[in-house]
Amino acid sequence: MLAYIIRRLIYAIPILIGVNLLTFALFFVVNTPEQMARVQLGDKHVTEEAVQEWKAQRGYDKPLLINGEAEGAGTFTETIFFEKSLSLFALDFGKSDAGRNIAADIEQRMWPSLAVALPTFIIGISVNIAFALFVVMFRASIFDTSAMILCVGLMSVSGVFYVIAGQFFFAKEWSLVPISGYLGGADAWRFLLLPVIIGVISGIGGGTRLYRTLFLEEANKDYVRTARAKGVAELTVLFRHILPNGMIPILTSVVVVIPSLFMGSLLVESFFGIPGLGSYTLDAIQAQDFAIVRSMVFLGSVLYIIGLLLTDISYTLVDPRVRLS
Amino acid sequence: MEVFDVRLHLLWSDILIFLLVASLCVFVVTVVRNPLARKRWSQVFESRIGSASFLVILFYVLIALTDSVHFQKKLDQAGDSGEVHYAPEVTSLLDLALAPMFGRDEKTYSAPFAIHSFAKENMELPEGGVMRDYPRLEHGGSHLDDDAQHEADIVVKSMTVVGWTLVPVLILLFLHHSFMKKRDSRLPWPVIYFTFSAIVVVSSWALYMSQFYHVLGTDKVGQDVLYGAVKAVRTGVLIGTLATLVTLPLAVLLGISAGYFRGWVDDVVQYIYTTLNSIPGILLIAASVLLIDVYIETHPEQFKLLSDRADFKFVALCFILGMTSWTGLCRLLRAETLKLSQLEYVQAAHAFGVSRWRVIMRHILPNTTHLILIALVLDFSGFVLAEAVLSYIGVGVDPSMKSWGNMINEARAELAREPVVWWSVIAAFILMFVLVLAANLFSDRVRDAFDPRMSGSGDNK
Repeated sequence: MLAYIIRRLIYAIPILIGVNLLTFALFFVVNTPEQMARVQLGDKHVTEEAVQEWKAQRGYDKPLLINGEAEGAGTFTETIFFEKSLSLFALDFGKSDAGRNIAADIEQRMWPSLAVALPTFIIGISVNIAFALFVVMFRASIFDTSAMILCVGLMSVSGVFYVIAGQFFFAKEWSLVPISGYLGGADAWRFLLLPVIIGVISGIGGGTRLYRTLFLEEANKDYVRTARAKGVAELTVLFRHILPNGMIPILTSVVVVIPSLFMGSLLVESFFGIPGLGSYTLDAIQAQDFAIVRSMVFLGSVLYIIGLLLTDISYTLVDPRVRLS
Repeated sequence: MEVFDVRLHLLWSDILIFLLVASLCVFVVTVVRNPLARKRWSQVFESRIGSASFLVILFYVLIALTDSVHFQKKLDQAGDSGEVHYAPEVTSLLDLALAPMFGRDEKTYSAPFAIHSFAKENMELPEGGVMRDYPRLEHGGSHLDDDAQHEADIVVKSMTVVGWTLVPVLILLFLHHSFMKKRDSRLPWPVIYFTFSAIVVVSSWALYMSQFYHVLGTDKVGQDVLYGAVKAVRTGVLIGTLATLVTLPLAVLLGISAGYFRGWVDDVVQYIYTTLNSIPGILLIAASVLLIDVYIETHPEQFKLLSDRADFKFVALCFILGMTSWTGLCRLLRAETLKLSQLEYVQAAHAFGVSRWRVIMRHILPNTTHLILIALVLDFSGFVLAEAVLSYIGVGVDPSMKSWGNMINEARAELAREPVVWWSVIAAFILMFVLVLAANLFSDRVRDAFDPRMSGSGDNK
């Protein structure tokens, strides 16, 4: 097990280098450090000296990938890619191009992200499982059919409409919660309520449908039929046999997103003006702040890889037949 | 007629979509020839939901196709040297059909079927002095002699047009029905008839009524909302189909070769899709779209017309969407191929010395078609929905292009007004919802028909 985990972590290194290369390429194929400097410095009449100074200060005055002038290992190490992207492996995020400390920003913005993403995740899964179980209880009835049609209907609505409708009715018409924004401390729940509700509702259609299929698969198995044949009550079958066994594929399939909850949701955060990591990244893309984008993409990939690893481990925990080697 | 003084100006997306239609025709021919595939597909169309949703999708696709024949109109004044000049903007066949809605702009917002503007304005009275009131619309309801007839006129006109279209449609359907009785068809004809007549009646009603009113109101600059929403159909349908099509070759090629050849090929493919997957999708899309923006800005000479620019960005967006979402299908195909290549008949083919290429084409690929089909149809609705979100956060299609995402984006700020300007959002919502719902329902039927595992546990119908 330990050997497996270590090997997987070693495998992660080329993947992370690939991620870095890709972000780097996307950013610098059309964008030169020259243009970045001009965007960051803002005004139209920037002197050549100011641009050069900006580049030198932030280390953008070196070649992109290969330094022909340096000797030996310096050909690769004295480049923007090496100095900027590969230092991330030491979790050294450095300063953003606008001069802010990225690590401090992440630490500060992580909590609002988590405050939205975690409740949405937990409530969403519970609600979906409850609905799916309820539908499975009435399987192959008119209730089942109409619930499934409703689910497809809910799935067909764009997430943007849920946000617009939620903000319009809850915040504007009924003035129950603020439209958007965020405040730390005890008042935070008022700002979190709407994003969480919207997040849960927009996931109901797809989630319920998926979990219903998983539960139905379980309900058609032999041991369930045996239990019924023995005369076990329908509700007991549902809660003692179908629910725990159906939970296995559900839980192992959601484990992968748990680490990524820290990153928050780009969309929800930008719609509701929550100062989390998601909106941080989006703002950075629009401001062409490569330092932040690079750090966030790296962080996201690390969390995703951890999620994959956790998924594998969770398989061995719930199913003793699975051996990691 | 001056309408024919035109020069065909096909955009890149037009060419792609017609190539797509051509390849779809080839696909249909192969399906009809293959008895097993024909059985599966007839299962899809024999279900009521399957055929109804297919008709709706077909209607959307037809709108998109007529909107994909672009041309430039000839300008009236000839140049000094007698050469002919063409209009700088492109028009499509659909624009001709929607002529009543086009170019009848009001000043600003007006509600659906309204004859007065939405906002009050200062107006000078003929006898002097200034009055503050809702100004009369220039085009909406301009045929009315007396404004008091407004409501009655809407009802009368609606009844007339619905009556006039329903009668021929019913006659046509009746003829078809009596003709069909002799043949034994298992298609759910009542549902097909109903869907068909509903589409015809609603669209001809909207078309007729928009000669007199703005059926879905007007937007901020006074353009007809219905016109914009219908023009956006092309964007939605194309983004769904083109992006889906980009995913196909990548996923099939990489997925099957990873599963079949294993070894280093498998390692490389797995590496590629894990790397792509671990970058948050929206980030990748946003970064790529910004890249395209910069490219367009630095190469203005390649784009003569404004619509060429928008179209280039649009095609690029389709490619980006496709490039970032092929990994799911690739993974499925890899796993399936791994499983298939262990089966006896594949082993036997190897033992007989059948070449690897032939094994893939004859034994592996046909047995994965159900996975590919299901993924394709499922992806389609996902891409249509994604467009709205992307345009909303500013990395979607060009703002000059009509799309549902852009409509929502523009209208969102107006929801804060009092009273609310709701019609743009609702129009985009309805048109988008109908398309995505139809695609989702259709993909359900396709899945039921093609996936043997799902048919047992799914709906027991």
